[in-house]
Amino acid sequence: MSDTTVDFSPAAAPLAEKLLEPAREILARYPIGRERSALLPLLHLVQTEEGFVSPRGVAFCAEILGINKAQVGAVATFYTMYKRRPTGEYLVSVCTNTLCNVLGGQEVYDGLVEHLGVGHDETTADGKITLEHAECLAACDYAPVVTVNYDFAVDNTTPEAAVELVEQLRKGEQPVPVRGARLCSLKEMQVQLAGFADERDGAVAGGPAGAPTLRGVTLAQEHGVAVANFDIDTPITTTKPARDESAKAVKDPGPVRAGDVKDPEVRTAEARNPTASTPAPDATKTDAAPVPSNAAEAAGVAGNRPAGDGKPAGDSVGNEEKK
Amino acid sequence: MTQPRREVLQKLTPVLTKRWLSPDAWQIDTYERLDGYAAVRKALDVHPDDLIQLIKDSGLRGRGGAGFPTGLKWGFIPQGDGKPHYLVINADEGEPGTCKDLPLMTYDPHSLVEGAIIAAYAIRASRAFIYIRGEAVHAARRLRNAVKEAYAKGYLGENILGSGFDLDLVVHSGAGAYICGEETALLDSLEGFRGQPRLRPPFPAIAGLYASPTVVNNVGTIASVPYIVLGGASWWKSMGTEKSSGPMIYSLSGRIANPGQYECGLGITLRELIELAGGMKPGHNLRFWTPGGSSTPLLTAEHIDTPMDFEGVAAAGSILGTTAMQIFSDQDCPVYATWRWLEFYHHESCGKCTPCREGNYWMVRTYRRILSGQGTVQDLDTLQDTADNIFGRSFCGLGDGAATPVMSTLKFFRQDYLDYIEGRTAPRLSEKALVGAH
Repeated sequence: MSDTTVDFSPAAAPLAEKLLEPAREILARYPIGRERSALLPLLHLVQTEEGFVSPRGVAFCAEILGINKAQVGAVATFYTMYKRRPTGEYLVSVCTNTLCNVLGGQEVYDGLVEHLGVGHDETTADGKITLEHAECLAACDYAPVVTVNYDFAVDNTTPEAAVELVEQLRKGEQPVPVRGARLCSLKEMQVQLAGFADERDGAVAGGPAGAPTLRGVTLAQEHGVAVANFDIDTPITTTKPARDESAKAVKDPGPVRAGDVKDPEVRTAEARNPTASTPAPDATKTDAAPVPSNAAEAAGVAGNRPAGDGKPAGDSVGNEEKK
Repeated sequence: MTQPRREVLQKLTPVLTKRWLSPDAWQIDTYERLDGYAAVRKALDVHPDDLIQLIKDSGLRGRGGAGFPTGLKWGFIPQGDGKPHYLVINADEGEPGTCKDLPLMTYDPHSLVEGAIIAAYAIRASRAFIYIRGEAVHAARRLRNAVKEAYAKGYLGENILGSGFDLDLVVHSGAGAYICGEETALLDSLEGFRGQPRLRPPFPAIAGLYASPTVVNNVGTIASVPYIVLGGASWWKSMGTEKSSGPMIYSLSGRIANPGQYECGLGITLRELIELAGGMKPGHNLRFWTPGGSSTPLLTAEHIDTPMDFEGVAAAGSILGTTAMQIFSDQDCPVYATWRWLEFYHHESCGKCTPCREGNYWMVRTYRRILSGQGTVQDLDTLQDTADNIFGRSFCGLGDGAATPVMSTLKFFRQDYLDYIEGRTAPRLSEKALVGAH
């Protein structure tokens, strides 16, 4: 694909072998110099292989973006959808936020806990199902709701319907979600979350609108209610010509070109200090700071130099975990 | 179930929801047959400043909760500054009760794409992002497909329809953090960081995405734009009220006969909306409700005739928010409901500021204690005091949102709290929920 490559550490190399190409496609969605925007989709991407964000996944994201692992770890642990332990093939989420809760969502969740013998964020022994209670899933008009791998699986759920659903999943059957495409595995779903199209035949077309979604507009249609005087040729008042200089947008540097991959240390330094072309040495500019008159304080300042722009000591490629 | 009266039915204004009735409207050919992409052609023929003026004239206000005038927001973008500008669409729908943006993106995704093209042209941005909630996989699937179709037909990419205007549009999935619905947290998340809110000023209009001028708009706001471009500002203002113009998708859920999405002119009342929804569920009487998601102070049965526009709801002491009306009856307990919301805010607090991080932690524990029958009267003062110290003292609106159900239920339903404390109501939580509550 290109003649320059990131020199991946032994920890990241196995993932890089499989994911480098899609990872570069993800990077290309964002402007040059703004590659870090790709971090969320990249974390979804590593879950396509491992089902969770492992230390290897963190290393891969860090090295391709030229940031350090602590920076990636801080992001990965902030978001609920990045799992920190291996997950099952299906993630079953039950909404237990207030509205679903009072309409029976809590009983649905409790029933599944009892039936599956697992609690929140735990996986059944057969590796099929990870259960979680979720916060509002934005389908309150279908409450209580259950999703499988984030697709709406059962609306107006009852404990019995939920147990039947998980039993079907465990038997390897593929129940059809009420609203959404037919089910895929959680790892496959991560491909879509990383921003790639759902290539499965008919998947985009699947999932008709439910009655609650259409209730208002159907009522209007049945009773012949429409908004009057909608004329698409209504003129727009114009005060100046459409195409003058002030109508033009300024472009950002554009997408990253394939193969434009620098050494991570160089890029880290550049991202933090755009005027530097190489990492700044760690001990610079301390002499510019005012020296305290108190001798002890001055000694303290001299002994605690501020961090520089390069990567922290000890986080360079050679020190990666050995595998 | 009762049939709504004719004069109430007349209040329905199917505009943004109209295409949902066509099962294939998510495909570009169908969309084009239903007036689709006509607005882009019209918009690209006028100067961007004239478009901003049109949106100002329409009185369109943000549909994401705050109700800020959209044209004014677009006008804040400094022009001729030599910097790239960005359009970011907030599709991180997650406010409890809110379910209007996901169906819009699922059943009519091109209307959002078309609105994005027009908005980007107006603010002179050549790159736009749709930040969609991670869990919204089905909507994202349709939206990504729509973007792909729009590129193939030349509505996105370089030199759109021969106008010389270029636009790249990226659909970016979040990863499950409610806080990313806050616009500056969303921008941090989009830049690849933890989604934590930023200090303002500078506002996104000056230093937003990549420290460049940025407009952040809600899905409903952007999807409204093509209709205003087509039908004109006066037509748009023929719906709604003088200060809150246009149609709004009201999301009704809970103890009503027919929960669902009802698009009406702003200013309709809950009484009329319940009538449209076939009345309350048999055996249920309205007791309390949220006008716009759980972050807006609760209202009660006495507010049933409040006009549901920005001014009307504010006058009643609440916020219009996302017009997500969760309707609870005399069979629901406001203390229990508030506890569940607090568990949510506690989980979703990003941890950046102390009032929200610590306050929610303690309030959740106090609620667990009350609901397990071990509360004291002093707990109510503690709750009031904690909520007062969160409200207005947090870094962003999440803290305010968490404090509002506490303050409003203490105001309207103090007796319900006392009933748990004094043993008249049976405990709702068992001892095991109490770990760490003392």
